[in-house]
Amino acid sequence: MNKKIEQFNIVIVGTGGQGLITLLQVIAEAALAGGYDVKTSELHGLSQRGGSVEVHIRFGKKIYSPMVPLGEADLVIALELQESLRAIKFINPKSNFLISDQIIPIPSQKTLETKEIISLVAKTSKNVKLLPAFSLCKEKFGTGVMAGIYLISFAAFKGILPLSTQLILEAVKKVIPSKYLDLNIKTFDLAKDYEEK
Amino acid sequence: MEEILLNKLGKKVILLGNDAAVRGALESGVEFVSTYPGTPASEIGNTFNRIAKKANVHFEFSVNEKVAMEAGVGASYAGLKTLIAMKNFGLNVAAEALLPFVYTGTKGATVILVADDPSCHSSAQSEENTRAFSYLANIPTLEPSDALECKNFMKLAFTISEKFKIPVLLRLTTRVSHQKMPVVLGTIKTRKSLVEGNFIKDVKKFVTMPPRVLEMKEEVLAKNKEIDKFFEKNKINRIENLNKSKIGIVTSGVSYLYVMEAMQKLNISLPVLKIESFYPFPKNIVKKFLKPLKKILVVEELDPYLEREIKAVAQEINCNLKILGKELLPTTGELNPNLVTDAIAKIYGKSYKMPKVNYFVPDLKRRPKFCPGCPYWLIFGGVKKAVNEKEVIFGGDIGCYMLAGQAPLFLQDYLSCMGSSIGIAHGIKKVSKQKLITFIGDGTFFHAGIPALINTVFNGSNPLIIIMDNRITAMTGHQPNPSVPADPLAQNVNIEDIIKGCGVKNLKIIDPVNQEEFIETVKKFIESDKVSVIIARSPCLFVKNKK
Repeated sequence: MNKKIEQFNIVIVGTGGQGLITLLQVIAEAALAGGYDVKTSELHGLSQRGGSVEVHIRFGKKIYSPMVPLGEADLVIALELQESLRAIKFINPKSNFLISDQIIPIPSQKTLETKEIISLVAKTSKNVKLLPAFSLCKEKFGTGVMAGIYLISFAAFKGILPLSTQLILEAVKKVIPSKYLDLNIKTFDLAKDYEEK
Repeated sequence: MEEILLNKLGKKVILLGNDAAVRGALESGVEFVSTYPGTPASEIGNTFNRIAKKANVHFEFSVNEKVAMEAGVGASYAGLKTLIAMKNFGLNVAAEALLPFVYTGTKGATVILVADDPSCHSSAQSEENTRAFSYLANIPTLEPSDALECKNFMKLAFTISEKFKIPVLLRLTTRVSHQKMPVVLGTIKTRKSLVEGNFIKDVKKFVTMPPRVLEMKEEVLAKNKEIDKFFEKNKINRIENLNKSKIGIVTSGVSYLYVMEAMQKLNISLPVLKIESFYPFPKNIVKKFLKPLKKILVVEELDPYLEREIKAVAQEINCNLKILGKELLPTTGELNPNLVTDAIAKIYGKSYKMPKVNYFVPDLKRRPKFCPGCPYWLIFGGVKKAVNEKEVIFGGDIGCYMLAGQAPLFLQDYLSCMGSSIGIAHGIKKVSKQKLITFIGDGTFFHAGIPALINTVFNGSNPLIIIMDNRITAMTGHQPNPSVPADPLAQNVNIEDIIKGCGVKNLKIIDPVNQEEFIETVKKFIESDKVSVIIARSPCLFVKNKK
């Protein structure tokens, strides 16, 4: 993984309060430390109050736009199952698509079946993975809030996020406040040990 | 140590556009900062609120943007290097203070940062384009594209203000303000204490009375002529990819990034004129750029200001040029790489297929909502129990409580601008016998609700005003306001004292957890022939959790 890549596009989707901006900062710091140019885009304000949130991270030799163009995400991370649907417009058949197994119901809307969501994403991307990021973190640590750290660590360990696990770990140490750091490092280790069935 | 305060020359740090602007102000030696929070500009204040003491900068969250502007004007008059920041609508509020400030000019160099929000991601009122104020106020205006330029243009703006004694406008947009990238640090001159100002009397400079005011206008126009020359000499606006192509692109702000992205995608290289100083408009470089071309595309967000300017310049040099812009790009909503790629492909005659999901994907209706346990639930729930919703008009205002307009509450029949729930309520009540309840937060009441309340008393109407006093300015990220100042030494202002002082007789302060009392009071007050106020006081969860 020493070869420098031209450009890598990430879209993270989820809901307010799931820590998307922290994940953005971790990946951006890791990419900068990896010698890349980085641009990111996020939204603040009322979107924090439990609404849908979408952030973009791009790194490579030279990055202009902070927004990932439609159909050009190399990696999508969905922290909530239904929110995956919002990211379909950013993917292509080669995109990797990681989904955490958390469902946050939408008031006044029927919750979609997991199978249905996965099949909609799989219509475009051949590389969809539903991972027990939320349930595993919840089981081991009593909270699923580290699901995002789990997924980006997983992506780094599997080589589908072209940043070394060392860079990710260093970025986690830099970005996460000290009182939560221990849990996040444990989450990182947990992702290393995940065996796909 | 916060990274934004690091004094490591040349170090690359990932900064948000707004924070890069803060860093630029610090590297310029800013001494006074005033702001009113509003997304997408809020982080300017939030960051200074955290670092001002360490950096020895005078900082305040002012009560509204007009007084933030006036505070900044005062600091500048007293000689301090000043930054004033707000969102687009804030400049509407502050406009009355802005225009004469440009006339008198600055003593301490002053930059006014304003952030627009194309696509209204966090703006309820209108899709405003602040560039209109550049004309209205004759204020030099710079438009950065990315975080690094936020820092560099902030410094350039201070330089221009210092040199020409005029305030300079730095216009950002959401995708610039909320964009992160590595920013190379310069140095910050540290100081041991706050800088003390000294107002030196100078009636000729600071008093805008006729006939002097017209001389001042002439001075402003003359300054702008000199600034235009300064831009030209210092190559502030630049041409990239100069080649033999007969097709060119003119762009500014974040659109420039989309243009470069699009050309990479289409594998073409057209000459690009990047306009960095929107005002005064750099006519000379535009003339030079247009001359060899046959066709240009103007890529800009919102209204076609650049396009109009360029058409005017093209007319002047009488060139036979086809100018396209809004024929190919939307006037409403922000641009993105795909829209710009499509427009450039069209003008170049290259085929481009806009990526599209060609099967049905259900639309998620996940909207923001009140936090679980938010005291506002109790207020709206109580109102629903107290009145027949069909018989009452509900006035909305700017704050988290706008969410009452949507499911499951649906308690908002009009929504306009800060403080207007009360002002509009008065107008309706003056001409109609319908029952009316307005909802306004503590921050918004302080901002612009007070004159409207005085008007209801003075001009005699009888709405029921519910002040949703959650002890903080919540929506924009929990900034302090006068009811509960952040600084323990600061004097707080009691809302109830203001209400009484305005002459309101029907006043009750109720914690909405006491539902019975709240409901009874709403029932009683709504029948009154005088204006009534309920202060529904219960702190925002963020205030509670902090304690």
